[in-house]
Amino acid sequence: MNGRKDAPPAPVIRLDGVTLHYRKHPALREISLEVPSGCMVGLIGPDGVGKSSLLSLIAGARSIQQGTVQVLGGDMADASHRRHTGPRIAYMPQGLGKNLYATLSVQENLDFFARLFGHGRQERGQRVNELLAATGLLEFRDRPAGKLSGGMKQKLGLCCALIHDPDLLVLDEPTTGVDPLSRSQFWALVERVRSRRPGMSVVIATAYMEEAERFDWLVAMDEGRVLATGTAEALRQRTGADTLEAAFIRLLPEEKRRKHHPVTIPPRTDGQDGQPDIAIEAEGLTMRFGDFVAVQDVNLRVERGEIFGFLGSNGCGKTTTMKMLTGLLPASEGNARLFGHPVDATDLDTRRRVGYMSQSFSLYSELTVRQNLELHARLFHLPPDSIPARVAEMLERFGLGGVEDELPSALPLGVRQRLSLAVAVIHRPELLILDEPTSGVDPIARDQFWQLLIDLSREDRVTIFISTHFMNEAERCDRVSLMHAGQVLASDTPTALRETRGAETLNDAFVAWLEEAAGKADESVAPPVARGNENGRTPGRFSLLRLCSYTRRESLELQRDPIRATLALLGSVILLVIMGYGISMDVEDIRFAVLDRDQTSTSRQYLLNLSGSNYFLERTPITDYGELDRRMRSGELELALEIPPGFARDLQHGRPVAIGAWVDGAMPSRAETVAGYLQALHGGWLQEQLRFQSTPVTQPLSINVETRYRYNPEVASLVAIVPTVIPLLLMMIPAMLTALSVVREKELGSIINFYVTPVTQLEFLLGKQIPYIVLAMANFLLLTALAVFAFGVPFKGSYLAYVTAALLYVMAATGLGLLVSSFMRSQTAAIFGTTIITLIPAVTFSGMTTPVSALEGIPRIIGEIYPTSHFLTISSGTFSKAPGFADLSGSFWPLALSVPVILGLSLMALKKQER
Amino acid sequence: MQPLANIFHLTIKEWRSLGRDRIMLALILFAFSVNIYISSASIPETLHMAPIAIVDEDRSPLSIRMTGALYPPWFLPPASIEQRQIDPLMDAGDFTFVLDIPPGLQRELLSGNQPTIQLNVDATKLTQAFLGAGYIQAILSEETRAFVQGDRRSTSPVALEIRNRFNPALNQGWFGAVIELIDNITMLSIILTGAALIREREHGTIEHLLVMPLRPVEIMVAKVVAMGLVVLLASSASLVLVVKGWMQVPVEGSTLLFVLVAALHLFATTSMGIFLATVARSMPQLGMLIILVLIPLQLLSGGATPFENMPAFIQGIMQLAPTTHFISLAQAILFRGAGLAIVWPPLLGLMVIGGVFFALSLRRFRRSIAGMA
Repeated sequence: MNGRKDAPPAPVIRLDGVTLHYRKHPALREISLEVPSGCMVGLIGPDGVGKSSLLSLIAGARSIQQGTVQVLGGDMADASHRRHTGPRIAYMPQGLGKNLYATLSVQENLDFFARLFGHGRQERGQRVNELLAATGLLEFRDRPAGKLSGGMKQKLGLCCALIHDPDLLVLDEPTTGVDPLSRSQFWALVERVRSRRPGMSVVIATAYMEEAERFDWLVAMDEGRVLATGTAEALRQRTGADTLEAAFIRLLPEEKRRKHHPVTIPPRTDGQDGQPDIAIEAEGLTMRFGDFVAVQDVNLRVERGEIFGFLGSNGCGKTTTMKMLTGLLPASEGNARLFGHPVDATDLDTRRRVGYMSQSFSLYSELTVRQNLELHARLFHLPPDSIPARVAEMLERFGLGGVEDELPSALPLGVRQRLSLAVAVIHRPELLILDEPTSGVDPIARDQFWQLLIDLSREDRVTIFISTHFMNEAERCDRVSLMHAGQVLASDTPTALRETRGAETLNDAFVAWLEEAAGKADESVAPPVARGNENGRTPGRFSLLRLCSYTRRESLELQRDPIRATLALLGSVILLVIMGYGISMDVEDIRFAVLDRDQTSTSRQYLLNLSGSNYFLERTPITDYGELDRRMRSGELELALEIPPGFARDLQHGRPVAIGAWVDGAMPSRAETVAGYLQALHGGWLQEQLRFQSTPVTQPLSINVETRYRYNPEVASLVAIVPTVIPLLLMMIPAMLTALSVVREKELGSIINFYVTPVTQLEFLLGKQIPYIVLAMANFLLLTALAVFAFGVPFKGSYLAYVTAALLYVMAATGLGLLVSSFMRSQTAAIFGTTIITLIPAVTFSGMTTPVSALEGIPRIIGEIYPTSHFLTISSGTFSKAPGFADLSGSFWPLALSVPVILGLSLMALKKQER
Repeated sequence: MQPLANIFHLTIKEWRSLGRDRIMLALILFAFSVNIYISSASIPETLHMAPIAIVDEDRSPLSIRMTGALYPPWFLPPASIEQRQIDPLMDAGDFTFVLDIPPGLQRELLSGNQPTIQLNVDATKLTQAFLGAGYIQAILSEETRAFVQGDRRSTSPVALEIRNRFNPALNQGWFGAVIELIDNITMLSIILTGAALIREREHGTIEHLLVMPLRPVEIMVAKVVAMGLVVLLASSASLVLVVKGWMQVPVEGSTLLFVLVAALHLFATTSMGIFLATVARSMPQLGMLIILVLIPLQLLSGGATPFENMPAFIQGIMQLAPTTHFISLAQAILFRGAGLAIVWPPLLGLMVIGGVFFALSLRRFRRSIAGMA
């Protein structure tokens, strides 16, 4: 390998035959590499060549498929080595603020990481203060991370990575999407840290070749392979190129290199003479979100066919301005016109003239390339017979031939960006609005992309409004505007801008304007103090501090989203009230009608016996069988009685008579009740008749059954139902609260902190669970208080037994949510899965309506093991009876056992590394 | 014409997206097949295997005869216990019923006195308690009569012949399967539409739709139609293959009419899904909202407990829920064989509810859509 002579002897990373596949797609092929220690090592190459995959293997975030990865003198496939070296490695994943928690403040984010690495309170405070001071974030310490600008997010991300004095710092594209000023501040910070910790190795992946020039040692990658290694100087010499960018292109295989052409910009031909044709016009455009001014008084005029660049850091208002121009956001003040028409969100015709490409890739990832193109062509109402030809033209022009049946997620970023552009222009718009289209795209792909834009502008006279943070791209625009903190600082041709500031490059000019606007931010702050290496500490298998760190974080997030907790508490109270009253076994108003073929006083007396009771409600009599059938089918009648002709006469003569009763069996439980009540009333009537007719002597021998309804003498539904509704609510609501907690971290990316820090699965799961257990217990106490004080349900048993059981139960319920969350990959599936595994077993199999002992087969098995059945027994037991722990042990044990079982299953489902 | 074409293309897009989510498809398949079978095939009658204990202090032929008359499937074989055990065993919830037969029962009876048997009922087990107490009383009286009269047929002067229509054996599984089907329809349609909208928002694709020449109503109708049709197809297949085929539930009425009612119901529930997704800011919030809406929809619509039993104000509130009407319509159509001529009034009601829900959701969707980009 080249460049070895420049490298210090002991390698910090040694890779041997490392191969990685994502499903069928190879990401890394047979990589063997030794990375020297104590220096800045850059990983350069286009997107999708495996840089990120390689770094995540080095950091231990992803599990190794093939080959060996040795880091800091040990094998990363070995879990115990990972546990020991974890604290010596710091990893900052790709994406702005990917490892940060958006709702937590700067200080809270740092505290979280400090606790994970086991720093005590005093040390923590000191380190946090030093790092904040060093990065100039001190005055923003209470601002939520989600509200920081891109540059500040990355500095905070770096602080979080540096909090534990790592020996190896792994940074994956840390400055992509960050403005030039913040970028230079970021590198200055890394330099200062290195000067204080000379032994530290830094491995960085970057898409900016200018940055890579500064690194000590480089690894050039392409298609999962290493092209070359060595210093920037060595690479340039080897290829005979002036710049690293050119050197890299020359390192590429022949066929790829042929695709690259230097970008040429023919001069604009129109708009130069006479009346300019105005495409975009904005006056005093202002956008406020609450009291925050996102965009302030922006004035713009863009001519037809012009390429107009919009420069600025993330969060400066570029995207907001663009959204106002497309009509996605209504402006708070000012007005914007496209082609002379005011922007109007409801004007569908203007939309046909505009193409828009949003900042993040946001096409349908479930549709193939061709399907995406076709969908947009159809929705833009291209004539149906012209669509195949237009799609073919787009595939050809944007170099998408060969991948038309692939899903976008399987394609490299550069190709996806071309697809986005193809989609944006498929309907031949006159104006293209592109929001940072080349963010994170490699140099060759960027140049190809720009060539397409230039062709569109110069040949098709398409007006292009583009935002970017790449200076060399800004140079290619006809005019650029510099934006900062919602305001346009300057607007002119690139040359004129440079001349105005007397700067050599556009970058310098831009930095000068930014510094002026920021009021010369003081960057001469003290670097972090070096301290002795404390990495001799080996993290234990279990640390309460790490667990608490996750607990604190999760509870802070819960606090910042008060809607969820409010919904849980308020929602459960409302449901308890509605269901306490609503689920009722009190029977009344059984709708019946009679077909009385006798019409005597005796038959009427029999009916009076029914209609006089509270349970029955008489409807107009039936006249014939046809009517009986119809009225029962419609559901109007639940019960139809037929009294035969000659009823009274036969009865008097002691001849057997029969009254016919038809009961609606559509809902069997109701039918049983109806039949039961009817029989009871019938029996009562018979007794009356007998007593009336017979003498005491002929009274038949009989027994008397004295029924004692215990625990609930009035057989009041409320008293019986409320203690069964509480277990139901305490299963479903806590389970749903936790159900998204892990899967959401997976979708949003912060799960990476779990992969690369010393926190164990157990600490992670328990730490996350605790806040929800606390919330669920509060919910429990609220519901119990409501039941006892508002509903007046008597509580006779032991509070201690009840509360203990509730604690075990909510641990099981939140555990079930975590289990689903650990298992699923998408949030939608987690919601659906949680509903299925809680709602059905809790309502149907746990004894709420049918006692578990009456169930058979699979429902019986589920009922026997499901926690709700046991807590339901304890809940209704302690409310209405007075059992102690001993009497309830049959329910306590299974409940107590379910907690570790569920936790164990979650531990098995949750992997400490990404696969 | 153009709006229809837009809706058509967007609907196809929704289907393609759903088709890629294999786990979701598997869950849907499970919900409409195995799940329905498990949760309803073995749901017993109300009084089934009720745990009962007997304190027999008489030990006479009569008391033994009584003990022998309480048998499965209505009761578990009675356990014989001591009197002092009554309280602790009932406190622990082991038995729903405990019969206390006093000493000298048979003697007292034959000497013309009316002896008293005490029946203890655990009244916290509402469903079993009431019905079971009635059954036990009837059984004891019948056994006493048979003992005295020597097993002759009842000579009760007036017989009451009860016939159960539409489900003669009162098989709980028939009703249970249809209710489970309805619960699944409701649950799935709300989750699918709600999550589809939040997903577009979280993945940023809603922006694309908004810059295209599409009206909000087209975007919303496409979701309602796409998800509604998926659920309608799955539920129709489930009714024919699982409920009628596998579980052999005899469906008297018109399947087609049921599908029509299901379609109207889906119109309302998918609109609810959209509404919830415009209220929720994120998937976790949507999850909470869905749970809070689903619990009352499942428990108070007349599927879990009879609607007639509920207090008037709850009935009034639940009249606004589409599930209430769907369940009563499903009973009428599937079991009672009611035709359009009979069920048109509730059908019209369901249509109105669907229309109102759709209109409300559309209004909210229009207002909030700008904030989603």
